[in-house]
Amino acid sequence: MKLAYWMYAGPAHIGTLRIASSFKNVHAIMHAPLGDDYFNVMRSMLERERNFTPVTASIVDRNVLARGSQEKVVDNITRKDAEEHPDLIVLTPTCTSSILQEDLQNFVERATLETKSDVMLADVNHYRVNEIQAADSTLHQIVQFYIEKARKKGELPQGKTEKPSVNIIGISTLGFHNQHDSTELKRLMADLGIEVNVVMPDGASVHELKNLPRAWFNFVVYRELGMMAARYLEKEFGMPYVDITPMGVVETARCIRKIQQGINAQGAGVDYEEYINNQTLYVSQAAWFSRSIDCQNLTGKKAVVFGDNTHAAAMTKILAREMGIHVVWAGTYCKYDADWFREQVSEYCDEVIITDDHTEIGNAIARVEPSAIFGTQMERHVGKRLDIPCGVIAAPIHIQNFPIGYKPFVGYEGTNQIADLVYNSFTLGMEDHLLEIFGGHDTKEVITKGISADSDLAWTKEAQVELNKVPGFVRGKVKRNTEKFARERSFNQITVEVMYAAKEAVGA
Amino acid sequence: MTVAQPDALTFECETGNYHTFCPISCVAWLYQKIEDSFFLVIGTKTCGYFLQNAMGVMIFAEPRYAMAELEEGDISAQLNDYDELKRLCLQIKRDRNPSVIVWIGTCTTEIIKMDLEGLAPKLESEIGIPIVVARANGLDYAFTQGEDTVLAAMAARCPDKVSTVEAEKNERNAIQKLLNFGKKKEDVATEESEYADHPPLVLFGSLPDPVVTQLTLELKKQGIKVSGWLPAKRFTELPVLEEGYYVAGVNPFLSRTATTLMRRRKCKLIGAPFPIGPDGSRAWIEKICSVFGITPKGLDEREAQIWESLEDYIKLIRGKSVFFMGDNLLEVSLARFLVRCGMTVPEIGIPYMDKRYQAAELTFLEKTCHEMGVPLPRIVEKPDNYNQIQRIYDLKPDLVITGMAHANPLEARGINTKWSVEFTFAQIHGFTNARDILELVTRPLRRNNNLKDLGWDKLVKEEAKI
Repeated sequence: MKLAYWMYAGPAHIGTLRIASSFKNVHAIMHAPLGDDYFNVMRSMLERERNFTPVTASIVDRNVLARGSQEKVVDNITRKDAEEHPDLIVLTPTCTSSILQEDLQNFVERATLETKSDVMLADVNHYRVNEIQAADSTLHQIVQFYIEKARKKGELPQGKTEKPSVNIIGISTLGFHNQHDSTELKRLMADLGIEVNVVMPDGASVHELKNLPRAWFNFVVYRELGMMAARYLEKEFGMPYVDITPMGVVETARCIRKIQQGINAQGAGVDYEEYINNQTLYVSQAAWFSRSIDCQNLTGKKAVVFGDNTHAAAMTKILAREMGIHVVWAGTYCKYDADWFREQVSEYCDEVIITDDHTEIGNAIARVEPSAIFGTQMERHVGKRLDIPCGVIAAPIHIQNFPIGYKPFVGYEGTNQIADLVYNSFTLGMEDHLLEIFGGHDTKEVITKGISADSDLAWTKEAQVELNKVPGFVRGKVKRNTEKFARERSFNQITVEVMYAAKEAVGA
Repeated sequence: MTVAQPDALTFECETGNYHTFCPISCVAWLYQKIEDSFFLVIGTKTCGYFLQNAMGVMIFAEPRYAMAELEEGDISAQLNDYDELKRLCLQIKRDRNPSVIVWIGTCTTEIIKMDLEGLAPKLESEIGIPIVVARANGLDYAFTQGEDTVLAAMAARCPDKVSTVEAEKNERNAIQKLLNFGKKKEDVATEESEYADHPPLVLFGSLPDPVVTQLTLELKKQGIKVSGWLPAKRFTELPVLEEGYYVAGVNPFLSRTATTLMRRRKCKLIGAPFPIGPDGSRAWIEKICSVFGITPKGLDEREAQIWESLEDYIKLIRGKSVFFMGDNLLEVSLARFLVRCGMTVPEIGIPYMDKRYQAAELTFLEKTCHEMGVPLPRIVEKPDNYNQIQRIYDLKPDLVITGMAHANPLEARGINTKWSVEFTFAQIHGFTNARDILELVTRPLRRNNNLKDLGWDKLVKEEAKI
């Protein structure tokens, strides 16, 4: 048993659901007790999704415990098949079904006899993998399933596309800025003259998956999602993959050069050097920014970085290599893939921290007192407590991290966005600091002063206590309204009764 | 619609495939209510993930709750439950020193049959902190029923003798007595005389402190003294419950607590409609008065005056229809209030319907429908969200009260929605807060009124019909 208040990566089934609900016309059925369908709330709220999340639960309740859930699960699968006609139904185990140890694979086989759609059991162990690992393996599982299905039917298309083409792998629902990254990557590929063969999982149809081998190479955008599928496709079809995340000016160039190398090996004969040069010097503002006086002022400032592998590694390199900022420590919560992270960042920071314990991170921040933090929402809150600005660079995230405006983290527009994020974090910190030195905003007094003077009206002790229970941000208003009410009726003492009478009278 | 009008409420039961919060969510409001408590949820990452996300910003406020996250060794019993729990509870005692630790049992502890009720008393005597066990799991309960399981367990901890406790309390409040030294015994005596002579009344249900004050004052106006409240602000202040005390519930989801108070503590339950809306508040007070043989005074004017102040909001909803998908058990009381406001209710979805505990509320709903001349709603227990959405498409209600999983998709299809969970966290009880209910109910209508001329009702492309 472990005492825990906060976790960076969710449980395994969340990963599976993220993959299933990213595909078009795929329905996931969770084998779970009432209330475990919280995923739907997150998707509907955070992504402001207009459509119903294609996830339902086959509820595990007392009856199921007594009788077994075979009948119910099979019913729910065939019912969903008839109602929604999905291409694929993914039966998703949860921690509860892990312990029940029912033969879910058998239910899937039973149900398949009656359904038009394909049915599969997500093969994830709740107690061994987390959300991120489960997402990676579910994507692999679905890809493998449809490749093998096509192969069996002899429908696997032969040969490559005429022009160089790519599969973009790793864009998923509830991923950090994934939608914007996807747009930016498609734009980048268009600039490079590379056709986009399949983008998956987001927005892909499972029928497209058999076309995956037609691309010249696979592009795994994020370290966390897609490596298993890419390795599988490499093994089966000899497809090369590029796994350099184009985040930051230097890494974007490195990624493009790797792509160039990959497709030239297959006879494309392209040279992207001029494109890289032009973008770097004149289109993206990030290289110019790092030369400008603003960025000079950031030289040697202390920062710490924490997040998932992809974002924390990329941010560390950008801060240290491209902006001359002193990264005191960089850390990741992807413990299962810690070696990769160490190898990526060790030359760019003084210390590497691998942990999924948020208190350890909180303490490490307090210890080094950086001028800015780049982390998850949890680090943002640590920053608030310690008065240190924080730029959010990785999940777990809140609704404000799903912006409507165009904010990619990858590609050349991504470098601009990151420059803004970094610069704004540091200047805000500076501004705050200066204000403190010079005694604060002179408007402070005016803002907080009540409109009516603290005058003739006496508040009884009970009423005062009651008033203090009102949340701070409306307390002033409640106080003013109550006093106005009392004055109008010429009460000279405000009791609890008067307070609530006032509330009823003004209707607020 | 030309369906024959039923003259009694109809009850149906569907598949139970519906969305609601897991009952462990009750820790979020109960740890705030009971200030000296610590809630330990014994479950898995799934439970933790739910709490972390559902509680939003509260998670960062150093809450007095935590997960005891079960690992593979706990599931396969390689680790000893007792030792593990002892280790964590000692850590909690060291870091927070609470007056009570509440263990929340989850689906996992049920399935692996971890004997929390058996372990608690042993550990309690060993570490010297009361441990209350509530099995608030998703196998058995929905959302607000979590509070019910906790309060039912707390009911067993209420002291059963006035004298001993009062003495103890006086001792503890020595400092306060010093501060109040001006106040003599006579004052206390006159305070007592403001009340009618009636047997002790204890109310149950967790409400924000301001609402507790409001309802207590409402009863005081009738000369009724509230001897205590389950739960109180602190665990150490749990009310005395002696055999023969009267109890009344303030929320519709407290049936286990009510049963426990009647059967185990031998209290007498006052079955009344719940004090939600001015009609409900009045009926609640009247019922309590009638049990104590008190003639209520001033309620007519009080209710009328509240209705009058609500008129601007009622204008917006009169004649409109509202569909409850059902997820928090407040549905019947809210529907009854909204019918009184002039709305029609085609369907009340509800997770669980205790017809005995809610009897007075159901009768009141029926009566209200007859008086307002509107059809009686169908009450659907354990609803099926998929079927409900088909019915919503058919009925085209003016407002759907639903969980967040369905709210945005319905809005995108031009259907007004109100997020049901807000009713659980907003202050909705008593005369004073009736306006707050309507503030919530009318908000989507007011917002969409502002936007109505823009032609942006339906924001999804027509789905292909197969």
